[in-house]
Amino acid sequence: MIKIKFTVNSEEREIVTEPTRTLLSILREELGLTGTKEGCGKGECGACTVIMDGKPVPSCLVLACQLDGCEITTIEGLSENGNLDPLQKAFIEEGAVQCGFCIPGMIMSAKALLMRNPSPTEDEIKEAISGNLCRCTGYTKIVKAIEKAAKMIIHHG
Amino acid sequence: MNIIGKDIPRKDAELKVTGRAKYIDDLTFPNMLYVKVLRSRFPHAMIKDIDISRTKNNKGIVTILTYKDIPGVNVVPVVLMDQPLLAEKEVRYIGEPIALIAGEDKEATEDASHEIKVEYEELKPIFDPVLAMKRNSPKIYGKDNVFSHHRIRRGNIKRGFNECDIIIEHRYTTSYQEHAYIETQGMIAVPYEETMVIYGSMQCPFYVQDAVSKILGLPYNRVEVIQTATGGAFGGKEDVPSLVASQAALIAFKTRRPAKLIYSREEDIESMSKRHPAVIHYKSGVTRDGHLNAVEVKYILNAGAYSTLSPIVLWRGTVHAVGPYKCPNVKVDSYATATNTVPCGAFRGFGTPQITFAVESQMDELANKLNMDPIEFRLKNILRKGDRTVTGHLIKDSMELEKTLKKAAQIGWKIKKEESKDYIKRGIGVACNYYGVGLGAGGKHLSKAGAMVSVLGDGSVNFAVGTTEMGQGMETVLSQVAASELGIKYEKVSIVLTDTTRVPDSGPTVASRATVMSGNALIKACKPIKKSITDIAAKMLGCAPSKVKLANGFAGFEKKRINLDDVVSECFKEKRIMSAQGWYKAPYTSWNKATGQGKPYFIYSTGTNIAKVEVNLLTGEVLVKKIVAVHDVGRVINPQTAAGQVEGGVLQGVGYALFEEMDSRDGKIQNTNFSTYILPTSKDSPQIVSVFVEDPYPEGPFGAKGLGEQPLIGVAPAITNAIFNATGIRVRDLPATPEKIILELDSRQGKF
Repeated sequence: MIKIKFTVNSEEREIVTEPTRTLLSILREELGLTGTKEGCGKGECGACTVIMDGKPVPSCLVLACQLDGCEITTIEGLSENGNLDPLQKAFIEEGAVQCGFCIPGMIMSAKALLMRNPSPTEDEIKEAISGNLCRCTGYTKIVKAIEKAAKMIIHHG
Repeated sequence: MNIIGKDIPRKDAELKVTGRAKYIDDLTFPNMLYVKVLRSRFPHAMIKDIDISRTKNNKGIVTILTYKDIPGVNVVPVVLMDQPLLAEKEVRYIGEPIALIAGEDKEATEDASHEIKVEYEELKPIFDPVLAMKRNSPKIYGKDNVFSHHRIRRGNIKRGFNECDIIIEHRYTTSYQEHAYIETQGMIAVPYEETMVIYGSMQCPFYVQDAVSKILGLPYNRVEVIQTATGGAFGGKEDVPSLVASQAALIAFKTRRPAKLIYSREEDIESMSKRHPAVIHYKSGVTRDGHLNAVEVKYILNAGAYSTLSPIVLWRGTVHAVGPYKCPNVKVDSYATATNTVPCGAFRGFGTPQITFAVESQMDELANKLNMDPIEFRLKNILRKGDRTVTGHLIKDSMELEKTLKKAAQIGWKIKKEESKDYIKRGIGVACNYYGVGLGAGGKHLSKAGAMVSVLGDGSVNFAVGTTEMGQGMETVLSQVAASELGIKYEKVSIVLTDTTRVPDSGPTVASRATVMSGNALIKACKPIKKSITDIAAKMLGCAPSKVKLANGFAGFEKKRINLDDVVSECFKEKRIMSAQGWYKAPYTSWNKATGQGKPYFIYSTGTNIAKVEVNLLTGEVLVKKIVAVHDVGRVINPQTAAGQVEGGVLQGVGYALFEEMDSRDGKIQNTNFSTYILPTSKDSPQIVSVFVEDPYPEGPFGAKGLGEQPLIGVAPAITNAIFNATGIRVRDLPATPEKIILELDSRQGKF
C-alpha cells in the first residue's frame, strides 16, 4: 500500500491504496466520481479520459503510483456552481450526445485540446478526439460542437 | 409554436454531458456481490467434471453455481428455446457459460474463475454454415443443423429467366459485425422481499422479465425490471441481456444479496451476439429495356450454436431479398444454420444489410451490363405507391423511394466516365433500400405497445412507455409527442425510467418501432386527459370545448389565452381524470410460410445512399469522401436527432463496408478488443449530407414512420459500387479491406 496526495477537481485528496490500482478505479470506486466511464479497461476506447496535469490521459492506464502530486480534472470538475462549460453547452445545442457513454471522455479530450489550442481546425479536432470511440453519432455533430465551443470561449472569454 | 418537426434539445443531454447520468456500473447496493461467469474454452465438448472443491473456499468467494442450482427451467427464452443459461453436459461454443462465481470483490471472483478446473472431452466441431447442412457433418441442432428456413415463390422462375436478355449470378459473403456499444453488458439483481428487482443496460425489459422469471421459477409479478441509462445497443442488447440478467439474478436468488455483473470487453466480444456472417448466391436477370424480370436467391446465415433471434433475422432478410424493386418472378430460399460458434442475433438492420449488399451489387452490375446509368436503371424498377412487393404486398401509403433517389442524384450524382492516370482513383456509387417498420408478421404477437401519462397538479407531466431509450432519442421524440398532444410546454414533460411495473408488455425496442408504436400509444393515453383539460379550459374561456386550442403551455379561444397550469389546477379541483393508459396494436400483417406471400409489414421506410470514394492503388486503401443519405421516414419529429441517427448509421455502415472484420478461427474470435477489431474513428468519418423527404404516414404519430436502422443498410453497397466505379474491382466479400483490394489488383496487374 502507498499513500498518495493529489488534486482532483481543485480539491486536495490523500488516499492509501495499492500502487497498481488504476486512476479510473480510484475515481469511480474510492471517490465516487462515476462520470468517468470504463469502456475497455485497456486504453483503446477513450471513455475514461481525464485531464492529468493539462494532458488528456486514459485513466484506466494511469496507476496510483504515478499520481502523487498530480492535478486531475474529471467531467465533474468541468461545470462550476451549475454553470456548464462551453463544451457541455455546445454538445447539448448541437445534438452531439446520443447514448452518452463516450461523452465524458470525449469532452475531456476536447477540453484538453482547447486548453492548448483555442481555435483548432476541423482536422485538429478530429485528430484530438481520434482516440475516443463513439459508436452512435458518426462524430459529425461532436466535431461541430467542439468548433462551436471554441468560438464561444473566444467570444466570451 | 408547434414543436413537432423542430430541433428541440435532447431531454437526456445535460445529464450525459455532466457525467450525472447513471449507467448500470455507476450503481452500487449495500452488501453487493460481484459475479463472474466461467466459460467454455472449447467450441464443442462434453463436460466430464467441474471441480469447484478447492475454489469455493477461497477467501472472498461466497458461492459458485452450476445448472444444478437453477430453481426454474434452464433455458433462455427467445424463439426456439434451445439455449441453456448454464451448459449441462455439452458445450457448443467458445465462451458458453458453465458456472457462476460470486465474491465479495471483483479480484476474488476473477481469481477464482481461473482456478476452477473443468474436465472436457472434445467433440468434433462444425464451423462452416454451408457445410453444416451436409449429411455427414456433426449435428448440433436437429437432423440437419437448420434452425430455420424461409421461402418466397412468385411467378415462374424458369420462364422468368428465359425471358431475360442479361443474367448474372454471383456468390457474396459478409463478415461478423460487432455492435461495439461503448458500455459493455451489465446488470444488478436485487432481491427485495419477495421480488427480484433487475437493473441494467437493455433494450427489452419484458424479455428480461420473461427470462429471469423462467430461470428462477417466479411469476412475472415477482420480477421487476428497470432499465438504467443504456450506453448504446444497436440490437446487441435485445436478447442477450436476458442471459446477463439471469446470471446475476441466480446469484442474487441463492445468496439473497444484491449481485452485480459487468462484462469485460473481451468477454462481451467473445460471448455476446453479433451481426450474422452470410453466404449469398444471387442470380438476377433483366430484359434489354432494363426491367428486372427474375431473381433467384439462396441466403445462408451462420447462426452460431443456438438459435436465439436467428429465425426472425432470417425472415426479415428473406422479405427484403429482392430490395425495393418490382419483380414478377422470384424464388428465395434462406437458411439459418447451427455451427459451433458464438450465437449471432440482432444488429441494426436485422438480416437486411447482408442481403442488401448482394441486391445492390447485382443491380449495379446489371446497370453496367445494360450500359445504363445505375440511377436510371433503378428508376425503372423501384417500388412506388400502387405497386406490389415481391411478397405480393400492395403498397398504398407513404413510399417515396423515387423522391429519395431523385433528391440524392440532384445533390451529387456524376458518374465517372474518364480514367484518371493518378494512382488515386475516384468513384461514385449508389444504393437503395427499404425497410419494414416494426415487427411485422414475424413477431406479430409482440406488435403492441402501452403508455402511461400523468399530468400532475402543478402542470408538469410524467409519462412511461414500454420501449427504451438507448441513445437513439426516443425520450426526446416521445416528449415532443406528449407535449404537442397536451399543449403543455416541452420543458414540463419528463419520461420515467422504463420499468415493467409501470406499463404493460410492449414488446421489444427494436425494428425501428418505438416512434410509431409508443408514439401512438402515448397519443391514445393523452386523449382522456386532453378532454379533461379542454372541457375545463372551455369553461374558463367561455366557449365550446371544440373551439379550445392547446399549445405551448396555453389554452386559447380566439384572442383570449389562459395559462395551462391554471387550467390543470382547476382540473384537479374538479377531480377530472388527469392520468391515463394508452394502448396501440399494430395494423394487420400476414405471411404464408409456404409461398412467402402476404403483407409482411404494415409500412416501409426507404432510402438512397450515394458514396464518393478514393481508392489508393498502391495501398489498397479506400477513403470515403462523402455520403449523401436521403431517407423517407414519414414526418420527421426532431430533425437534429434524426440527422444524428443517419450520421451514426452511416459511419457504422462505413465500418461494415471497409474495416470491421472479425477473425474467427476454429470457433475462436481472435480480435476481442478495439486495437484488433477496428472501429471507425473521427478521422474515418466522411462528409455526410443527410436529407429527409417527408411524406406523412397516415397511421404514424404526426405522420412518422421508423428510422433507427434504415441509415446503415445501404451504405456498404453504395461504397463497394463506388469502388467498382473507381477501379473496376467488384468486391463480393465484406469488408473491402486493403488486403482484398490489393490482391484483386495484383491478379489483374497491367490492366490499369
